[in-house]
Amino acid sequence: MESTNNLEKFQTIIDADTKIEPKDWMPEDYRKHLIRQISQHAHSEVIGMQPEGNWITRAPSLRAKLILLAKIQDEAGHGLYLYSACETLGISREELIDQLHTGKAKYSSIFNYAAITWADIGAIGWLVDGAAIVNQISLQRTSYGPYSRAMIRICKEESFHQRQGYEIMGKLALGTPEQKEMAQDALNRWWWPSLMMFGPHDSDSPHSGKAMTWRIKRESNDVLRQRFIDKTVQQAEVIGLKIPDDKLKWNEAKGVYEHGEINWEEFNQVINGNGPLNKIRLANHISAHENGAWVREAANAYAAKQKKEVLVA
Amino acid sequence: MSTKDSQGQLWEVFIQANPGIPHKHAGSVHATDKEMALQNARDLYTRRSEGTSIWVVPSAAIVASAPEDSGMLFDPSNDKPYRHPTFYVMPEGAKNI
Repeated sequence: MESTNNLEKFQTIIDADTKIEPKDWMPEDYRKHLIRQISQHAHSEVIGMQPEGNWITRAPSLRAKLILLAKIQDEAGHGLYLYSACETLGISREELIDQLHTGKAKYSSIFNYAAITWADIGAIGWLVDGAAIVNQISLQRTSYGPYSRAMIRICKEESFHQRQGYEIMGKLALGTPEQKEMAQDALNRWWWPSLMMFGPHDSDSPHSGKAMTWRIKRESNDVLRQRFIDKTVQQAEVIGLKIPDDKLKWNEAKGVYEHGEINWEEFNQVINGNGPLNKIRLANHISAHENGAWVREAANAYAAKQKKEVLVA
Repeated sequence: MSTKDSQGQLWEVFIQANPGIPHKHAGSVHATDKEMALQNARDLYTRRSEGTSIWVVPSAAIVASAPEDSGMLFDPSNDKPYRHPTFYVMPEGAKNI
């Protein structure tokens, strides 16, 4: 029952910064918001393997290939931590996958862009994982216990991802003029979509109000975006690459970088399915899932047979 | 929990980080049998030498207390101060064990 009494008690627990656990009472909207946010996060980790998986066979050295494999394996793991956290809210893994396939659940639109050169693998690690880390560090303090624990585990593993990407970019930037150009080109293409990862401006963010009151989110989209910009601009300077924003300038008084306007029209287009690779990403996931059906059937049959043998013995 | 799930049953994973300390809950995995559960737990939770031992337990086998009973179950028993060593007066000059 959503009695005022329950709601007040719930808010008291939240305001005291005590975590909410799966069996605790929670408002239906809190549960719904979490399922939407955590499943979107889980789907992003899993779909995010595709642009990188594309480069495993073409990694420029054995070292690079091993690193890339380890990173992609981590992303799969992060997806699984998050699916498990989401399932504690009373939704099954199968329903979650169904929602991805039918388009009811979204994933981060950044993964609808193509990784067309090796420098893109650098840019993805440096910028996309960098943006994800800024968001995830903040989410370690989210009010839902299982989500918070998943975030803590993910943050421990994620910083290598950002560093390996930055290393790739740094090496290319110090290489031949062609290599440096390749790095700059990747930065040019990934910079703005990375800023969009933080979502709409606070003034037009449809889901933020209650998420902040309930401490699902701890900091706003714009605050997190600004933190990412300030750290990344400095890193770009160190390796001699130029952020593709003519309006970017240091604001001494505020101690932050001012930046140009984000192209929200592009953001909405990609979110609504019209990005460069939306259809391919989803089709790949559906086909992998369907082609794996016989494995699940075999595993279930084997488990049933073992159970029968135990009963007979 | 929903029963419509072709992804195998849910198992809870407990990891012992080092010999001599308790196993601690790490998270959960899906698997259709216990060997698969152990293998999945190993792949998912110990990629960076996080543990020396793993337990996996079917989630359905865990009996948990209900949040609404926690008042009764975990009453601080403030009326029983004699359960704490500070209740007792040590004679002057006696050393602690």
